[in-house]
Amino acid sequence: MSDTASSKILLREFAPQIEHTGTLGKLWITFLVGVVLLGFFALYWQVSRGHIVTGMRDNVVWGVYIVNFIFFMGISYAGALISGALHLFHAEWRKPIIRMAEFITIISLLIGPGFIMMCIGRLDRLPNLILFGRIQSPITWDVIAISTDIFGCILFLYLALLRDLAKLRDFDELKVPNWKKKMYKILAIGYTGTPEQQLRLKKSTDIMAGMVIAIAIIVYSVLAWIFSVTLQPGWHSTIFGPYFVIAAVYSGTGVLIVAMYFFRKVYHLEEHITLKHFVNVGVIMLVLAAFFGYFTFSEYLTKWYGSEKNDEQLIAILFKDYYSLFILSNYIGVLVPLIVVGFKKLRTINNITIAAFIVIIALWLNRYLIVVPTLESPYLPIQESRDAWAHYSATWVEWSLTAGGVALFCLLFTLASKMIPIVQVSDLKEEPKEAGDIYLR
Amino acid sequence: MENKKKDDNNSRRNFLKLGLLAGAGTVATGALIATGKNSGESGEKIKVLTTSGEVMEVDKNFLTLAPVGRVESHEGIPGRKFVMVIDLAKCKNARKCVEECQKGHNLPKDQEFMKVYLMQDSEKTAPYWFPKPCYHCDNPQCVSVCPVGATYKRSDGIVLIDNERCIGCKFCMTGCPYSTRVFSWKAEEAYESDQPYSPEKSVPGVEGTVSKCDFCPDLAREGKLPYCASACPMGVIYFGDIDEDVVTNGTETFKFSELIRDRSGYKYLDNLGTRPNVYYLPPVDRQFPFERGLDGLDEEVTKRFENTPYVKNLKNKETL
Repeated sequence: MSDTASSKILLREFAPQIEHTGTLGKLWITFLVGVVLLGFFALYWQVSRGHIVTGMRDNVVWGVYIVNFIFFMGISYAGALISGALHLFHAEWRKPIIRMAEFITIISLLIGPGFIMMCIGRLDRLPNLILFGRIQSPITWDVIAISTDIFGCILFLYLALLRDLAKLRDFDELKVPNWKKKMYKILAIGYTGTPEQQLRLKKSTDIMAGMVIAIAIIVYSVLAWIFSVTLQPGWHSTIFGPYFVIAAVYSGTGVLIVAMYFFRKVYHLEEHITLKHFVNVGVIMLVLAAFFGYFTFSEYLTKWYGSEKNDEQLIAILFKDYYSLFILSNYIGVLVPLIVVGFKKLRTINNITIAAFIVIIALWLNRYLIVVPTLESPYLPIQESRDAWAHYSATWVEWSLTAGGVALFCLLFTLASKMIPIVQVSDLKEEPKEAGDIYLR
Repeated sequence: MENKKKDDNNSRRNFLKLGLLAGAGTVATGALIATGKNSGESGEKIKVLTTSGEVMEVDKNFLTLAPVGRVESHEGIPGRKFVMVIDLAKCKNARKCVEECQKGHNLPKDQEFMKVYLMQDSEKTAPYWFPKPCYHCDNPQCVSVCPVGATYKRSDGIVLIDNERCIGCKFCMTGCPYSTRVFSWKAEEAYESDQPYSPEKSVPGVEGTVSKCDFCPDLAREGKLPYCASACPMGVIYFGDIDEDVVTNGTETFKFSELIRDRSGYKYLDNLGTRPNVYYLPPVDRQFPFERGLDGLDEEVTKRFENTPYVKNLKNKETL
């Protein structure tokens, strides 16, 4: 079968995804838009009434917003490290899932920084970050690193999209509005697949794959340093850089598996995304679970064993006020993937997806337990008559904005899948359908 | 002995002169404003230069110094290096420092630049009252982490905040290990003021930004002590110049180095490497029994100490 013929068959298979949106799909999009609007209302509420409407106060000055920021930046690792690394290692099985991984990266990279802005008291003065930026401040490092990361990841995704955009442009049977056709034509920038173009594309993709890995590691280390350069007992830790990087990729694999599950169901990709893919990403998740558990253990073991006065105070809070959350995040969140992926009998698509979902929740809580309890146990004792000022609990405004952020993530993901096939069409012809390179049998 | 006393007096005079000199400097540049706000004449006349070039005599009470602007406030007061000494032996939680500071900085009731803690280092050690201003560290974490340079260290040792530039990211609040900084969580009536903003006064406050104790450089320019120091009925708080080696609480003046040497002065949590400019004198030979600090407090303030081990113990004993 010739190249064009095989991709025509594939394009015919994926075209409906772009051409129509079913009633259920429309309902889903309406629901998401509704939640996003609720988020915007909460933002309006906060901007008009001041930060007093949040649960943050003078002791716990950072709350759920910062947790969401770290969380979304973390899942952006799905694309950067997973698709970048798999590309460099020529793992053939990656092909049906890398598009999803890259979409996760871009979308979460756009949402993550939004959350840090919600935490800023004077949004109107945001330009000061550029006008009066000081390179000595880790926040400036963050601004530079994140903007570089967004740029690099968009470029990486675009390079991967290029061949599909050209195919969609040349596919006459596609029944989509004219603006979409025009968009494909412009975005394909005249790519026709000549040998010279192919070589150039391959070279640039290789370079960008390496770059996004490096940039992503830097971005997440910088993010960790925002915490570890301070003197706070729970944050002032040398392993925070690598710890955050591992936690980030870990949560990224979790989100990737959940995304694979839903898109497989909704767009009927059972033929392309098989148990093999779940097991393989699951194995990556298992390795990361072990690393994450190891880092978490050594972080808290040294604090507890050495038991400096302030560390002791922090550990006491973690194991008293936050006991169940701590167990859920740092025990269950590590053990479940180890067990589910580790035992053959448990290794089903449904089980792996449930484990991945638990990982996502656990990793969000892990960040919460890093941010909030530390701020509740400062060097000087909190002597406060108002309970809300001593203990943090998020308000409806913060929860609405969190829900809005998650909904926006799902919405952009859904819309992106309506623009471009969620599976890299141009690569699939090389994909052997039988389970050849599965990591665990 | 007599020599030493003479030294002390000299230094004090020098310190108080500082304000007048600063005043004279600004008269020449025409930064004094005559206002009708202050009632009653002091009888002391000061010569000022009007904009038209005429020399005029105005009563001292009708003059106030124009607040230092945002740009000028980056420079410290020349030749100064401010220091504070807090005598824990004399503090009985009278809370006048807190109140006067709030009044002076036009703060809403739930914002305090000066806080008084009930401290007890460990179970068997004696409790003591612990007033805590900003330490104006020589290695300030808050200044290091600020992304926009809204908080800065001056040549006179003072760490200030420019509330017109602060973006409210609160990084400095997590950076400060002494929980010194406060955030303006909402628009307050107290912030509605027609006086021009000056970082040296921290007035008027700005919603969505961070503020803190500023060592009152506006008062230092006038040769006055910070609000907390002059308000304290016990004379707990000494303020002065570390280079001139003198500190005063308004009634007593000491050579700073001798006071620290003779009374074993120390800095709180100095091991963190922040190099504070506030020194404490340990609570030995106390002038008041500690418990007196718990009497006559507002209900709100009493509640603050309810969860401290000391007060809990006290309650247990009462019920027995």
